[in-house]
Amino acid sequence: MKLTFFHMQGYRDLPEDFSERYPSVWVNPPNDELCDPVRVGQYLRWNLKELHYAASLGYDGVGTNEHHQNAYGFPMPSLTAYHLAATTEDVAIVLLGQTLPMNHPLRVAEEMAQIDALSGGRLVAGWPVGTTMDVNHCYGVIPTQTRSRFMEAHDFIKAAWTRPGPFIWNGKYHKLRNVNPWPKPIQKPHPPIWLAGGGSMETWELAAKNNYVYPFLSFNGHLAGQAIMQQFWDCNEAAGNDANPYRAGFAQIVVVAETDQDAEKLYASHISNLYRKTLHIPPYFSGSPGYSSKRSMVNAMNKFQEPTAFSTVPTMVDWKEAIESGKVIGGSPETVRQRMEEAAKTLRVGHFVLLMQLQSMPHDLTLYNIRMFAEKVMPHIRHLWDDKWSAAGYWPSGARTPKAAAVASSALSGVA
Amino acid sequence: MTQNDPESRKVGLASGLSADVLLKGRGAPLLFLHPAQGRVWSPFLDSLAQTHTVYVPLTPGADEPDELLSFDTFGDLALFYDDLLRALSIDDAVVVGHAFGGMAAAEFAAHCPGRVSALILIGAMGLWIDEMPVADVHTTHPTELAGLLFTDPDSEAARSVLQKPTPQDRLAYQLVMGASCHFYWPVPDRDLKRRLYRITAPTLLIWGDADRVVPPAYADAFARGIRKTRKVLVPGAGHFPHLERSAEVIRSITSFLGEIVPEFAAAR
Repeated sequence: MKLTFFHMQGYRDLPEDFSERYPSVWVNPPNDELCDPVRVGQYLRWNLKELHYAASLGYDGVGTNEHHQNAYGFPMPSLTAYHLAATTEDVAIVLLGQTLPMNHPLRVAEEMAQIDALSGGRLVAGWPVGTTMDVNHCYGVIPTQTRSRFMEAHDFIKAAWTRPGPFIWNGKYHKLRNVNPWPKPIQKPHPPIWLAGGGSMETWELAAKNNYVYPFLSFNGHLAGQAIMQQFWDCNEAAGNDANPYRAGFAQIVVVAETDQDAEKLYASHISNLYRKTLHIPPYFSGSPGYSSKRSMVNAMNKFQEPTAFSTVPTMVDWKEAIESGKVIGGSPETVRQRMEEAAKTLRVGHFVLLMQLQSMPHDLTLYNIRMFAEKVMPHIRHLWDDKWSAAGYWPSGARTPKAAAVASSALSGVA
Repeated sequence: MTQNDPESRKVGLASGLSADVLLKGRGAPLLFLHPAQGRVWSPFLDSLAQTHTVYVPLTPGADEPDELLSFDTFGDLALFYDDLLRALSIDDAVVVGHAFGGMAAAEFAAHCPGRVSALILIGAMGLWIDEMPVADVHTTHPTELAGLLFTDPDSEAARSVLQKPTPQDRLAYQLVMGASCHFYWPVPDRDLKRRLYRITAPTLLIWGDADRVVPPAYADAFARGIRKTRKVLVPGAGHFPHLERSAEVIRSITSFLGEIVPEFAAAR
């Protein structure tokens, strides 16, 4: 099992009545009213400390993602990744962005190669198609071109990383006489590629066809994610692939304390804050015409009676609902360990993308959560799948089992 | 099929693409280009079909989005309509376009002026005035959409356009809006202004005086760029004047085609 501490880098101090006063957390929450750059500077420093802390405690990976004009994320994850590559040693750098349809693919190829070089081959190259909010609304890409732009960028970057340069590229969206990224990545043939999934059929098929990792990213948790992951595994079976769990990742909110009661006391307010504000996205943003393929819409229609499945409304989520619905795995180390093991097996995932800083959660509490999980949960679940499966090809070749984990693990076997 | 239903025809084009066309009526050909909200057969089209053969092609890609890979610009779309007229053995036609369809109609008339004998633009998009931006119907809350598009959101006209009772209706609606947005997302300005001088057809500009999507100032902007125009403001109508005040709009069109166009022709 590979465990990645994943930072969404949210804006921590949205007003209490945010969802009543503003129509959306994304695209158009007015920046001058809501986003204080001095505070953002403080958040970014905390975020880096939290990522470093996780790296020092033996998480396999540290990572972040990309969102634009959004109060639960920041736009330039490669900056964070570059810093982490320079200041850590063993840990994998899980960079889920840049979003391919809206960035020049040569720039993505170059930036990621530079991070891979700096880190000594520790990069996970995340290639999201991107949400319609980021790609179509914030960056103005025509929705019906989202997928074709993604595919061209995908083909381009893969060629740039694997073909000897220079070569000619005559694409629909990009035409270049000399493609010759300098450098190419250290990892050969290329860093492990992770897509980032919301649930479109084309993404499952692409992952299955090319042996990419499919991490399903949502805030809905392991129970709601079962249907999606099952369809991903069906797709692999149809492609004749093995059932290596390292093909799949899953984003899961995890909070740990000494007891179940303590966990509720410490985290409940931050969880309800997250769902109330972060999922405050109106359907006219999330269901842009032309973003989803006809196949995916027909598929969604057959399942949910609506052609656009991704439609979110502000949700009141209290602790009980969060735990029962599986949105959150939280409680004592033993509770969390059990649930995570169960979830890993049911979903058949080799990678957990752990969401452990929830927007309004203060720095100290985040550090506590990171430490509790590292010390009291991680040692018990990290060897899951070791008996049968290898992460090779799905995990960066330059990443090493973190030293802290090796120490913790040997101490544990001494106890046993 | 009852006597009143339009005929549905699939027309193969020289490009290898095909056009899905509804047609009805007798007389000189009239091409109607529909808005992003979709192709809805209406009493308005029935009225036009009394004096013309009305052809209503579905926007390419509105049934199969993959077709849109063959379209990048309004130039591609204009060639599609040029190919369609050739396939139908029509030399020129009266071209009527509403909203996005109006933008497409004006572009067609600018790209292929010889194909358009008269141009009728209803609440047409295609130009841009910074101080008075065209509203974004795609980011309007569903509960407010009818009020933005129609003066009376509870009218039969509003229902006929916006009511989508079945999942299949809603899928078709998403698809046709997606295909339309393919041409104008996110700001419906593709430099049509630069090409307006090429429009030689006498042009009728029909606007609801309460159009909140493409405000009536845009009718004046079209009038400034096109050589021969006549403007009709429909009192009390919104963005769908031909459905909201059908009889008045039909009278304006009849008068334009019967009197003004021949006058223009005589003066040429």
